[in-house]
Amino acid sequence: MAEITTNQEGMAPANRMKFILGGALIAAAILFLIISSTISTAQYFLTVEELYALGDEAIGRELKVEGVVDGDTIEFDANTLTLRFSVVHIPGDMNEIERMGGLAEAAHQALLDPETLRLPVVIHGPKPDLLQDQAQAIITGQLSLEGIFIGEEVLLKCPTRYESEIPLQVEQE
Amino acid sequence: MIPNVGYFASVFAFGVALYAAVAAWYGSRKGKLAWVESARRAMVLTWPLTSISVLALIILLVTGRYEIYYVASVTSNSMPTYLKITALWGGQSGSLLFWSWLMAAFASAAGLRKWDRDREFLPWVALVTMATLAFFLSLTVFFENPFARIWQTASGEQVYALFQPADALLFVPYDGLGLNPLLRHPGMIIHPPMLYLGFVSFVIPYAFAIAALQTGRSDDRWIRITRRWTLVAWIFLTLGLILGGRWAYDVLGWGGYWGWDPVEISALMPWLAGTAFLHSVVVQEKRGMLKHWNMVLVILTYALVILGTFFTRSGLLSSVHAFAESAIGPMFLAFISIMSAASLFLLIKRWDELKGDEQLRSVLSRESLFLINNLLFMGILVVCLWGVIFPLISELITGTKLTIGEPFYELAVGPLLAGLLLLMAIAPSSTYGRTSWRRLVFAIRIPFLLSLLAPSIFIIRGIFTWYALLGYWLATFAALTTLSEFCRGAWARRQRHGESLLSALGKLIVRNRRRYGGYLVHLGVVLLVVGIMGIEMFQTETQGTLALGEQITIGRYVLIYDDLQHYPQEDVRLNTRATLSVYRHGKLVDEVNPRVDYYYDARQSMTIPGLRSTLLNDLYVILWEWESNGLEAATFKVYHNPLVNFMWLGGVVFILGTVVAAWPSHASLGGRRSMLRKLERQP
Repeated sequence: MAEITTNQEGMAPANRMKFILGGALIAAAILFLIISSTISTAQYFLTVEELYALGDEAIGRELKVEGVVDGDTIEFDANTLTLRFSVVHIPGDMNEIERMGGLAEAAHQALLDPETLRLPVVIHGPKPDLLQDQAQAIITGQLSLEGIFIGEEVLLKCPTRYESEIPLQVEQE
Repeated sequence: MIPNVGYFASVFAFGVALYAAVAAWYGSRKGKLAWVESARRAMVLTWPLTSISVLALIILLVTGRYEIYYVASVTSNSMPTYLKITALWGGQSGSLLFWSWLMAAFASAAGLRKWDRDREFLPWVALVTMATLAFFLSLTVFFENPFARIWQTASGEQVYALFQPADALLFVPYDGLGLNPLLRHPGMIIHPPMLYLGFVSFVIPYAFAIAALQTGRSDDRWIRITRRWTLVAWIFLTLGLILGGRWAYDVLGWGGYWGWDPVEISALMPWLAGTAFLHSVVVQEKRGMLKHWNMVLVILTYALVILGTFFTRSGLLSSVHAFAESAIGPMFLAFISIMSAASLFLLIKRWDELKGDEQLRSVLSRESLFLINNLLFMGILVVCLWGVIFPLISELITGTKLTIGEPFYELAVGPLLAGLLLLMAIAPSSTYGRTSWRRLVFAIRIPFLLSLLAPSIFIIRGIFTWYALLGYWLATFAALTTLSEFCRGAWARRQRHGESLLSALGKLIVRNRRRYGGYLVHLGVVLLVVGIMGIEMFQTETQGTLALGEQITIGRYVLIYDDLQHYPQEDVRLNTRATLSVYRHGKLVDEVNPRVDYYYDARQSMTIPGLRSTLLNDLYVILWEWESNGLEAATFKVYHNPLVNFMWLGGVVFILGTVVAAWPSHASLGGRRSMLRKLERQP
């Protein structure tokens, strides 16, 4: 492309058009990038209940599941580096959790209730530092035919530890 | 006593900030300068007042006054003093107070500057900074009081309040819960304050921009005044981001440094907008163009600062960083909405007065390349924002929550980053006004040809991954054109002044700090990119369970497992430390000590990697498991991270370049010096 001709007073209409077109092209390319990347990488983010509600449709699909870790079920085999645990259902809606008395209380209730839906999880890899009873877990992976969630990655948060109520067993002075 | 003093100092500071905002507005409205001056003094007063509050909280934290709810929830007897101090920003209410304190410091500093030449800006700067400060202080005063005590009612319930509720007794736990072990690291002393500093210092350029809009000064005075503030904000934000990455690499033990977590992105977004702003203000200063755009960018940066703070604290996003959550979210949303709406209203009102002095003439001119640079930065920003809000939007529209993670960002940001590197390679050789293809190609021909060597070397070494070849070619191209700018400038000085090449180079940088500081930043970015591509594209890993004396191989390295020891620490930790000898080509080169710290009080362990760092690569060893393997055997995960240290080195060069650019300019220093000389000469 040769140098663009302009008139002295400002931008020639043809020149202006070129800039608008160029800008629009870049914007369109960015939009395309975002849309195509979203389509190719978006994953379901489900609660345990929602995962079971999907039924067979969920099997073999890459997705994320959220639940509360049941500490009694944690098993780790260091020789094969296999980690097994169960997560119990916790509502995905923040308002509902607030109504239940906050995340820590909701997690506590969910674990005590035998009716709560549970999902067995298997992960190959190390035992994460934060994996403990009542931790909130977000697991990425696939549901197998046997109904076990084969995780690839687990993200953990411990709502009970920080900014929680001061434990009652501490002595009063 | 101390909690009450702390709390009422906050209340007083809140009142003073409110007064300053109102007085500034009233004084400017009615043309009463005494009111504006009073507002300025009130503005300066907010810092000592908030300092009293912060000091009170620090005293409470350090002396272990566990009847204060905040103290009990973030400190414990076993924590060392420095960690007790850093617990100031370890939880929600404390970090809000800390935020306000930093904000007050910046506002006071702005209040103390010389206002001789731009007095008309003062009331509006006072109004904006004080309104922002009053907002943050109102959160600590009314919603998240860090000085609240723990009270136990007759029914056994715990109530948190400053003063004694009826039928309740003060409850004093004998120990606190302690800070989250992840935060008990020296890195945590610097990382959050740097981010906060970056956040709050962006408020100042925004305040001046609003002042310029309100007073109808369409020139670039506000930009010249705030240039250094913006650079300082940028240094802090950059430092915060880099230190956060380094902390994650050193402490979190997952072999990474950046996880595209919503909270990380919340800190990155204002940085992106701020970086675009730093580039586009140059065009306004040089050509009097992009005035609307600069206003939009500075408003956006400010909004993103508040939004970032909101995202971190609202609990709206699933994030590993959400240490501090609470229900103050709606307050933030209201504040962002009001400030953005008011700013945009002002901008639209002044739209016609902000018309540029010049027009874009050539697609290859420096100003139009700056504009493309801005588009790309905005592109990355939109990608980030989309990634963060996509789960919320998808849930709202389809009823099912969908998420996008790391792969999305890598796919979408990669090409935009490549575009920015290309611009970095071309733009310095382009000129303002008009540039022809021929002239530009001529200017970059040598760096271009030399840069082709980089992919050639890769191909010779058997690496054919196209994006690696493209990435390293672009990085080399950008580095070479930038270096050639230094060479060309130094050579010209040498010819003109007959200086040695080294002294010519030094003087070149000192005389044109802003330009060459900027180029240094570019070199830092290139190093960063080289490091990031190294670890992202060429990282290898292996794992294995070893008995004592057994070995594991990764690349050219052989690691032999020598020993495992437990060391009880004073701060209720148990260190379990393994020792591995590192051999390269059969020769012992180093020893690494991966370890796991178990915190009894938090019943949580932390995995600290063992590192062997050289410029070209890192050996990153994690101790995974030992006890259940049977006696003396242990499981390790080993990463080989090529070129990762270029990333940290790039960070250092980046900061250095920004400091050079922000340093007081030679002209102003020289001016002052010559004035001093004149004064000395006077009898």
